[in-house]
Amino acid sequence: MNVHEYQAKEILAQFGIPVPAGKVAFTPAEAEAVARELGSAKFVVKAQIHAGGRGKGGGVKLANTPEEVRAIAEKMIGMQLVTHQTGPDGKKVEKVLIAEAVEIKQELYLGFVLDRAKSAVTMMASAEGGVEIETVAEERPEAILRETADPSVGLMPFQATRAAFGLGLDDTLIRQFTSMATKMYECFVKTDASIIEINPLAVVGDNQLVALDAKMNFDDNGLFRHKDIAAMLDPTEEDERELEANENLLSYVSLDGNIGCMVNGAGLAMSTMDIIKYYGAFPANFLDVGGRATAERVTLAFKLILSDPNVKAILVNIFGGIVNCDLIAAGIIEAVKQVELNVPLVVRLEGTNVEKGRQMLAASDIEIISAESLDEAAQKAVAAVRG
Amino acid sequence: MSVLVDKNTRVIVQGITGSAGAFHTKQMLEYGTNIVGGTRPGLGGTFFEDTKVPVFNTVTDAVNETGANASVIYVPAPFAADAAIEAAEAGIPLVVIITEGIPALDMVKVKQYLKGRDTRIIGPNCPGVITPGECKIGIMPGYIHNRGKVGIVSRSGTLTYEAVHQTSTLGLGQSTCIGIGGDPVNGTNFVDALTLFNGDDETEAVVMIGEIGGNMEEDAAAYVKAHMKKPVVGFIAGSTAPPGKRMGHAGAIIAGGKGTAAEKIAAFEAAGITVAPTPSTIGKTAADVLG
Repeated sequence: MNVHEYQAKEILAQFGIPVPAGKVAFTPAEAEAVARELGSAKFVVKAQIHAGGRGKGGGVKLANTPEEVRAIAEKMIGMQLVTHQTGPDGKKVEKVLIAEAVEIKQELYLGFVLDRAKSAVTMMASAEGGVEIETVAEERPEAILRETADPSVGLMPFQATRAAFGLGLDDTLIRQFTSMATKMYECFVKTDASIIEINPLAVVGDNQLVALDAKMNFDDNGLFRHKDIAAMLDPTEEDERELEANENLLSYVSLDGNIGCMVNGAGLAMSTMDIIKYYGAFPANFLDVGGRATAERVTLAFKLILSDPNVKAILVNIFGGIVNCDLIAAGIIEAVKQVELNVPLVVRLEGTNVEKGRQMLAASDIEIISAESLDEAAQKAVAAVRG
Repeated sequence: MSVLVDKNTRVIVQGITGSAGAFHTKQMLEYGTNIVGGTRPGLGGTFFEDTKVPVFNTVTDAVNETGANASVIYVPAPFAADAAIEAAEAGIPLVVIITEGIPALDMVKVKQYLKGRDTRIIGPNCPGVITPGECKIGIMPGYIHNRGKVGIVSRSGTLTYEAVHQTSTLGLGQSTCIGIGGDPVNGTNFVDALTLFNGDDETEAVVMIGEIGGNMEEDAAAYVKAHMKKPVVGFIAGSTAPPGKRMGHAGAIIAGGKGTAAEKIAAFEAAGITVAPTPSTIGKTAADVLG
């Protein structure tokens, strides 16, 4: 799960990490009020969307007075902000962060990730902050210093200090950096984060380190023990169908193509998408009905697929294991009763109770293009959208 | 021979009275798996439903009474890491975690605990491990498997069934199938599984099914190039997956432009692994490499 910059900063501040004074605003009037409350000499207005590169797209502006803050917020709230991470349509700005603007002397990078290969949390630090860390990693990998925390003791101060020396920081900054890095590690493990990124970590004013920007991602599997973080989910940032699917224990991802897919198992669902592409068309979605599928959930999955106006054919691919083919058949029959099926439906059933499932579908009055193998099913679905 | 499990494997089920645990215990018993006990704190001294399978309060009790040498975990995600460490502490050499949805940092703790111990974890979020005709530990449909010469290792459940079904239909059969699971932090990885198959007489070829996310496939390719004595067939799911989106499995995500199917397929091919072009042709590709 992703959160906004202002939410990430709230969480980081709870762990004692210095962030500039600031507050989120949903209207221009609120923005002005926040600025007055802050009473700073200078302000920064930052669009709050879940995407990087906001500055280049016009989503970060400086202001000298609360009136200016209001004027900027008027333009920013409601705009479609386009960055390299939003896609060409951009994202609508619903809220802005108003913060104290500070004089930046140096920009560093400090990040923590779950390192899959090491099965541990790894800290990454670089003196080249303020730019995309992926670009730095690509072009000058030696400019990124890494320290992996031993899970039994966590990130030790000496590791953070070693990185700080590597960054060429002076004495006072080294102390601040070490304190900040160990607190960030604490924050990472205590919140079940999967990424924390501070870019830039700025040296400001009288040699102070401040988290000028913040990005946090959380492990969805850990959210059950962090209700406060789970509550930070911003539904306006999520795909409607994906949200509805999640609430019903279905795993769904919207895509751009026109063949709707319903599959059991994540790997098989991805492969079904791949084979559609292999035969020259493109999937409209990823959908895994999961191992706990019920007829009701299958019905819901089916409706979800049909609610996408781009869908011109549906491919159902089930390898019954835990999920029986007859249960899937029952779900499809029920769904077609509830919603009008006006696109071709290709069904491939295999595995547990396959004969029963096939018989149920054959006995129903639903027009079904049946297929024996995944290959055949994909070819028939692709032929169907080509008309 | 086979790897990891055979008819001598003595299995206990952690979470035997839960709905998933109970359902699959019956399926495993039906398959012929030697289930010697189960655990459910508070129900020690009873028997599992109408069977003669004893239920214990703790894994230590179960091991002491039954001599179990494998455990399968069905307990819910919030308690699964505790269950895995309990099994390791009791000295069980093979622990299969079926549970989906375990926090990644819980698995980091489990793996840290296992350092220097003789316990191997399979999973989590996996279908389990099966040696056809001898021992099925997990949730896979037993009847699609036939004993034979292909070792299968996979991050995906139903995609494994696809490969099993195809190799069974073509008369190749399987020596052992290992589902290593779809999570970012797991116990047994591809290299571990390949190492086991490499040393197994019965396994003549290996089918390795990977997917987007992480770099386990790249590590496996390096191992195959340097050490593998048998032909390996590969398949990678997720060529059409968009970047930054989690595709069902917690570990199936292209992050920061890394972990794409194209990179993994290229690594496989460079290591001499024969990549099946579609999931429908995994079995046929295995038949071809076996000649």
